Amino acid sequence: MRRLLTGVEVLAFAGGVVFLLFFPRWLSDFRTSQVAYVGIYFIAILGLNILTGYTGQISLGHGAFMAIGGYTTAILVGHHGVKDLWTIPLAGLVAGVAGLVVGIPALRFSGLYLALVTFAIAVALPSGLKKFDHFTGGTQGINLFGVKGMTGTLGITVFGHKLTFNEWIYYLTWTVAVVLLAVAWALLRSRPGRTFRAIRDSEVAATSSGVNLPLNKTLAFGISAFYAGVAGSLFAIATTFVSPETFPIILSLYLVIGAAVAGLGSLAGLAVGAVFIQYLPDLSQQVSKSPGAPSVIYGVVLIVVMLILPTGAGGLVKKIGEPLTNWLFRGS
Amino acid sequence: MAEFWQQVVSGLASGGIYASLALAIVLIYRSTRVINFAQGEMGMFATFIAWWLIVEQGWPYWGAFAATLAMAFAGGVLLERVVIRPVENAPVLTVVIVTIGLLIALNGLAFWIWGGESRSFPSAFSTRPIHIGGVAFSIQDFGVIGVSLGAVVLLGLFFRFTKLGLGLRAAALNPNAGRLVGVRVGWMLALGWGLASVLGALSGMMIAPSVFLDPNMMRAVLLYALAAAVLGGLDSPVGAVVGGLMLGVGLNLIGTYVDFVGNELKLPFALVLIAAVLLVKPTGLFGRATVRRV
Amino acid sequence: MPLLQLQGVAARYGPTQALHDVSLTVDEGEIVAVLGANGAGKTTTLRAISGTVRRSGDIVFGGRKIARRGPESVARLGVAHVPEGRGTFAELTVRENLRLGAYTRRGRSGDDLERVHALFPWMAERAGQQAGTLSGGEQQMLALGRALMQRPRLVLLDEPSLGLAPLVVAELFKIVRRLNEEEGLSVLLVEQNANLALDTAARAYVLEVGNVALEGESGELRRNESVRRSYLGY
Repeated sequence: MRRLLTGVEVLAFAGGVVFLLFFPRWLSDFRTSQVAYVGIYFIAILGLNILTGYTGQISLGHGAFMAIGGYTTAILVGHHGVKDLWTIPLAGLVAGVAGLVVGIPALRFSGLYLALVTFAIAVALPSGLKKFDHFTGGTQGINLFGVKGMTGTLGITVFGHKLTFNEWIYYLTWTVAVVLLAVAWALLRSRPGRTFRAIRDSEVAATSSGVNLPLNKTLAFGISAFYAGVAGSLFAIATTFVSPETFPIILSLYLVIGAAVAGLGSLAGLAVGAVFIQYLPDLSQQVSKSPGAPSVIYGVVLIVVMLILPTGAGGLVKKIGEPLTNWLFRGS
Repeated sequence: MAEFWQQVVSGLASGGIYASLALAIVLIYRSTRVINFAQGEMGMFATFIAWWLIVEQGWPYWGAFAATLAMAFAGGVLLERVVIRPVENAPVLTVVIVTIGLLIALNGLAFWIWGGESRSFPSAFSTRPIHIGGVAFSIQDFGVIGVSLGAVVLLGLFFRFTKLGLGLRAAALNPNAGRLVGVRVGWMLALGWGLASVLGALSGMMIAPSVFLDPNMMRAVLLYALAAAVLGGLDSPVGAVVGGLMLGVGLNLIGTYVDFVGNELKLPFALVLIAAVLLVKPTGLFGRATVRRV
Repeated sequence: MPLLQLQGVAARYGPTQALHDVSLTVDEGEIVAVLGANGAGKTTTLRAISGTVRRSGDIVFGGRKIARRGPESVARLGVAHVPEGRGTFAELTVRENLRLGAYTRRGRSGDDLERVHALFPWMAERAGQQAGTLSGGEQQMLALGRALMQRPRLVLLDEPSLGLAPLVVAELFKIVRRLNEEEGLSVLLVEQNANLALDTAARAYVLEVGNVALEGESGELRRNESVRRSYLGY
């Protein structure tokens, strides 16, 4: 029974991959770039979910790890001519290490204190980026447009088909997203993953079963920072520009919304959360052209989600999906 | 030497502003163990209302000031009853996320209604300098110090000498025992939010003249207030005030005399302070590691 | 009409049913005791009355139905519940604790404070002391004093002797008896110390697993075989 259920998941996964492969055919170039950004948020929220959903800790500053990844890529590509693709895992690693560094003292903090510290990090980071300007380009930021290491701008040909920049970005981000999703999926089904889940359910019980709480919490933080770093790196490549304003505190908070809508702790609703972050500004344009409108809706949605559906869309998807999977296999 | 005293006084003025907001945060933390991340935005929104009353409706300053405080109070009570009450038994982090939602919504609402450009906000006090001992000080600074400390003292008197204040303290310290003596604990929480909202509005109106009014105005102030509250001890009202004043003066002095920090690294400094205090002495200067009575 | 009447009261903590069917009465001016082993439901009975646990059934106090009311409301009607563990506000002073007792009363509480000070003179001398630094016996006195500040019609006393030295306990019960004799204070007393309870109360109920197993006058119960064996130790 369990193996058959996993079969459905594999099928869904494969179907999703195929769909993603051909999706751009039906999209305009602009929409393709939008969906590419959905991929970026997908990765970032995935990382946040690993932290929040599985170890019950919260980070209000994941935008800062995106910034670290984004700036790593920008500095390496813009100032040192490194090829952009190589910088992606590197950016993730740098962010991951930063996450470990934050994670080590974080294990002394309760959830609330960690939220406080990560919030402070996100608010303070832009100042730090401005200050160390010989490194980071200060307020001017770093421009990557037309720079040598940027693969996409040179024009890529795949199977005889010339990719536009947006199509390139699309395939890049979604390939990385799919890979990282598979990694997360495997991770969460392995021993470390079960350990994470045990911690979420009860720290006391986990500790008395011999789980090394501090180590695991730090590890979770590092992994989730890695994901955010990769997302930030892709963001830099996609927008071809970074500056201290690119990763404001509000981004960190939007990621929290995305994770909440996705379902704190469930992979299933992730796509929903990412889509939500990307498309809401567009949709809210219908309501009002004002720049404030998306935020109001985000905020209200977040509150409503926490009041009504603490497990977000993922929980809902699971609830809706259950009868279906039960029905499919009732004969077994 | 003259500059030193000027920095101290202006540091006390900003410190008073941080102290007010920090006190608001501590008020809510004491009774619910939740940090209200939206405290700054609530103050910002109230300040916008004050601006609207004064600049667009032509009200006199102190009339608008009082009306704004009253509306802030009502708003705080309303928010607690409508948004926080449904999740009052949920885990702390859930409520924190709700306050984040409030932060985002209020920020967006301010943008929506008034737009993002910076506006000037009238000061309650004259901007003429006053000379003491040959050193020029700003009257505005003294005014801000006076208002902030005045509010804090009034609040302290309220808590210590009125029945309602006692009920609020009881509800925060031991809600179950409070119920048994007839304290309406739920409404005490709402009252706490109302008072915190008033403090937030106060700090907003005090800082707006210097930093100009825009929806993101309170972002930095919130971080400094959080640092002050942590430094003083999250459950200590006295700590919040002392922490705020210390931080205000400290930031000014360090910013002036330590070249490396200058103006840009004040926010990161606050971050480091928060992290350091939480690591070394989480209860802060005046807090107590009291186990919450079940 | 009795001051307090419980009829078929049930109560639960989540999935656990603590009271199944409890019926009892307290008349004006009586001291009534509730006895029983640990887990029998004695504390839960008091909680059901004061409204601090989910309950069903009929509870009538002073002619009013209170089974649906919350604790704040029940307190306002004149029920003072001194909970197990005293329920003092440790961070507040002695005087503040007492003032809180008068929270539901309109107007000044000066007279009430004097009355309580007359009973417990040390509370006047150490009015500014933090309640958490008092001894167990003093905290129990303080809790009782706070209850009196309410000018209650009924006092619910939950395990007052718990953790206290015998001399202190004797003193405490002497005061309770005095208040009952001189001022007609009605008391519903939950006590593990059955001897003490039966000495103090006129009537008693014996609870077993959430039901009333026995009831009667204290003298009768003293002579009852099973009560003697299970609760009086001889």
